[in-house]
Order: sequence, then C-alpha cells, then structure tokens
Amino acid sequence: MDLVKEVLSGSRLALARLLTQVENDTPEGRQALNSLFPYTGRAHLIGVTGAPGTGKSSLVGRLAQAFRAEGGPQAPRVGIIAVDPTSPFSGGAILGDRVRMRDLAGDEGIFIRSMASRGALGGLARATAGAVQVLDAAGYGVILIETVGAGQSEVDIARLAHTVIVVEAPGLGDDIQAIKAGILEIADILVVNKADLPGADQAVRALRSMLDLAHPARLMRGGCDARELALAAGNGNGHGGHSGGNGSHGGAAGAALSVWEPPVLKTSAPLNEGIAEVVAAIRAHRQYLQASGELQRREMERLQNCLDRLLQETLVERWWSGVSRETYAEVLERLAGRNLTPYEAVEELLKP
Amino acid sequence: MDRKIRVLIAKPGLDGHDRGAKVVARALRDAGMEVIYTGLRQTPEMIAEAALQEDVDVVGLSILSGAHMALVPRIVELIRANGQENVLVIVGGIIPEEDIPALKAAGVHAVYGPGSSTEQMVADIQQAVAGMKVW
Repeated sequence: MDLVKEVLSGSRLALARLLTQVENDTPEGRQALNSLFPYTGRAHLIGVTGAPGTGKSSLVGRLAQAFRAEGGPQAPRVGIIAVDPTSPFSGGAILGDRVRMRDLAGDEGIFIRSMASRGALGGLARATAGAVQVLDAAGYGVILIETVGAGQSEVDIARLAHTVIVVEAPGLGDDIQAIKAGILEIADILVVNKADLPGADQAVRALRSMLDLAHPARLMRGGCDARELALAAGNGNGHGGHSGGNGSHGGAAGAALSVWEPPVLKTSAPLNEGIAEVVAAIRAHRQYLQASGELQRREMERLQNCLDRLLQETLVERWWSGVSRETYAEVLERLAGRNLTPYEAVEELLKP
Repeated sequence: MDRKIRVLIAKPGLDGHDRGAKVVARALRDAGMEVIYTGLRQTPEMIAEAALQEDVDVVGLSILSGAHMALVPRIVELIRANGQENVLVIVGGIIPEEDIPALKAAGVHAVYGPGSSTEQMVADIQQAVAGMKVW
C-alpha cells in the first residue's frame, strides 16, 4: 500500500506503519519523509519535560483532553509522542506512558505513539523529529512530545518544540536545583504538578524567585526594539485569553510583551485542576511567537539543527564507505599502544 | 538499522493482579524487545486501539479472571478488523487446558499458564516474528 497517500487521506493504520518505518530509518521511511515534507509546518509542537515522577504523562493526557474538549467541532486533532528510555544493556525498553493516558481511549482525534530512546541521550529518540513531521503532515494540529525525563540535560526538546513546558512537583529539590543550567532556560511555561500535595506553593515561589534571578528574559528586558514591542503589545490587547497565562506572573504584562516571561502554573492531573490555565498559556505563547517573529526564528533554528545533524550523519556514513575496518582497527591499536594521540589518529583516518 | 520487536502487554477485564504481566514485560525487555505496557482493566477496544497506534508485532494478554473465552476472541477480532492481520496474539494467566484449543482456533498463537518459562516465550516470539517479516 502507498503509505504516504494513505496517511494523507487519514488512515490510522498507515500512519502507525509509517511511524515504524521512520523510527527504523528505512529507505521507505526516508522517501516518505521527503514526500510529506511539503505538508509539514502547520502543527503547534509542545514539548513536555521534567524529572521522572513529576507526572508528565498524566499532564500530557489532561492537556490532550482539554485541547479536544475546548475546540468544539473545530477541535484540533492531537498527536502524542511519548519517549521512554531504552535499556543500555539489552537494547529493550518498557514504554509505560500509556498507562497514564487511558482516559484518551476511544477518541479517534487522538493518536498516541510510544517511542524508545534507542541510545539517544538528549531526552528524545533520534527519530522523534521525523515522527513529529509525519503526525504534522497527517493533520494533527497539536503535537505533544513527552521526553524521557532524565531532567537535567534535555535540551533537544527546546530545539524541536515551539513551546516547552517544564514540569516540576513539590518536594523534588531546593531552589539550587532550579538555577542549574539548562532546564529553566528552556522553559516557556513552568508547571508545578501534583499541586494537591503539600509543598506546592513553596515550589511555585522557589521557581518564581529563580526566574527573577536567572531567566534570560529578565536580562534582555529593555534591550528590545520598539517596533517589535508595539507589534506584540497590539496583539496582546486584542486577546482576552492572554491574561490567563502571562498575567499570572504579575507585573510585567504590558511593557515586556516582546520578551516572554515563563508563567509558573499549578496543576493537579488527577483532580483535573489548572489544566485550562496551561492550555491558555500555550495559546498565549503561540500568539507571542507569531507576533514577535520568534516563531520564524525558532523554525529556522530547528531546520538548521536538523540539517546539521543529517549532514554529520551522512558525512560519517560516506566516510565509512571509503575506509576499511582493518585500517580503522589498526589505527585503534596504535592509539591503545600510545603510539598515536587521539588527534593524530583522526588525522590518520581522514587522510585521503 | 535492525528492527526491534514491539510488544503490547495488556490486562483486559477486571482482575487486578498484574504481577505476571510485569514479569513478562521485563523478560521481553531484557530480551531486547520494546514493550508497551498499558496497565490494568483495559477494554478490548482500548487494547486493539493501542495495538494499532503502536504498530506492534505481538499482543500479549494476561488474564486471571476466567473471562478469557469472552475477551480474547473479541480482541483478536478487533485487531484483525483494524487491518493488522499479522499481529501475533499470545495469552498468559489461568487458562484451563480444555479452553486452549478454542482460543487457538480463535487466532491465538500460544497460551502460557503458571510456571511457563519466559525464555520459551521469548524464543517463540522471536521465531514467529522472524517468520512474518512484512518488509
């Protein structure tokens, strides 16, 4: 069957099969990505990251429900890609995110796909970007991408998603955790989940004070150009929904609109509380991205990142086709015998 | 790139004991498979839906409630109706000997009762999946 045609016409079976091809990086999968590329670029990509046990999967489930419920008959279809770690020992994986998303069953407008990280370290699998493209082309208007959740180095998601939600839970660490590099800088929206547990308000306060100290938005404030600012402010005034997300952080809404300040929101997935506010914040962030020109900038960065990665992989593949395993083994041997330094070894191997 | 065997492990029906399902899930993981674990109290529709979205090669059903004769044929039927003709369905749990032929007739590849070896299960799956390479 022609998978691409079937996917475009809405077949869920073809979509599932094509995702497998893309995940396994088969020639058919690559060909399909080529054919589907012109249809991509329409979906809003939302990354959800945070430490294990903060409730990412439950939150993703609730967000998907909210997007489906709010839009009425025009509701966007929602795609979910949930990445879990591959065992470095066996190469196998247990993918358990669906356990927390059981309430989504029965809605044909939602498509959930679990992915194993297959050795990639940045919180996503190598094929996640491709899988996202397939869902995008298939007409899923909102795509939620849940990372592995190692917590501290998951910056891949910032390169892939338009809006990054960082999920915290009460009692996971003091405010020093929050200013370590990486996780706060990538957050467009911060969520303290499990807000029904004690300590949620402290966690919110800690995050807010750390944002005041450390977020680049604060450092950049005042440095933005006036035209951009007017554009963003004009847009912000036109939409009542804006206050739900940005306003909750207090104070800066008007003047600093051209710089996005991540709101800190409280949710409880089991009680289904605070979810509407997160959805409003996502919408507000999308509007901000469009009004400020940030959307094009991120898209450019994303495509460049994708291009660079493919370029690297392809160059390495090509290089391997021109060098014998024996030569490589021999250089490695000399390296192990301390007869070559690693730099010299590379020079040696790259000799034409 | 080698192809990973993808397995859905599900517990249909109402019994709340999932230790067996978890033991199997771990054993398959340790054999290098990707195991999608869906948790307790799944309806046949939920299982077929998950099998479709995840494009699995194998669906493993764990049933201790005695409702296997009602649940299993329905699940197989739904999976096939979705167009997944080749998906291997295996069943584990408390299944009386005399029900096994009927389950196999309904399309179940193998039934594993108490005391079954996970090694055997892994070997069965690997062999069956190798035989049905679709691409």
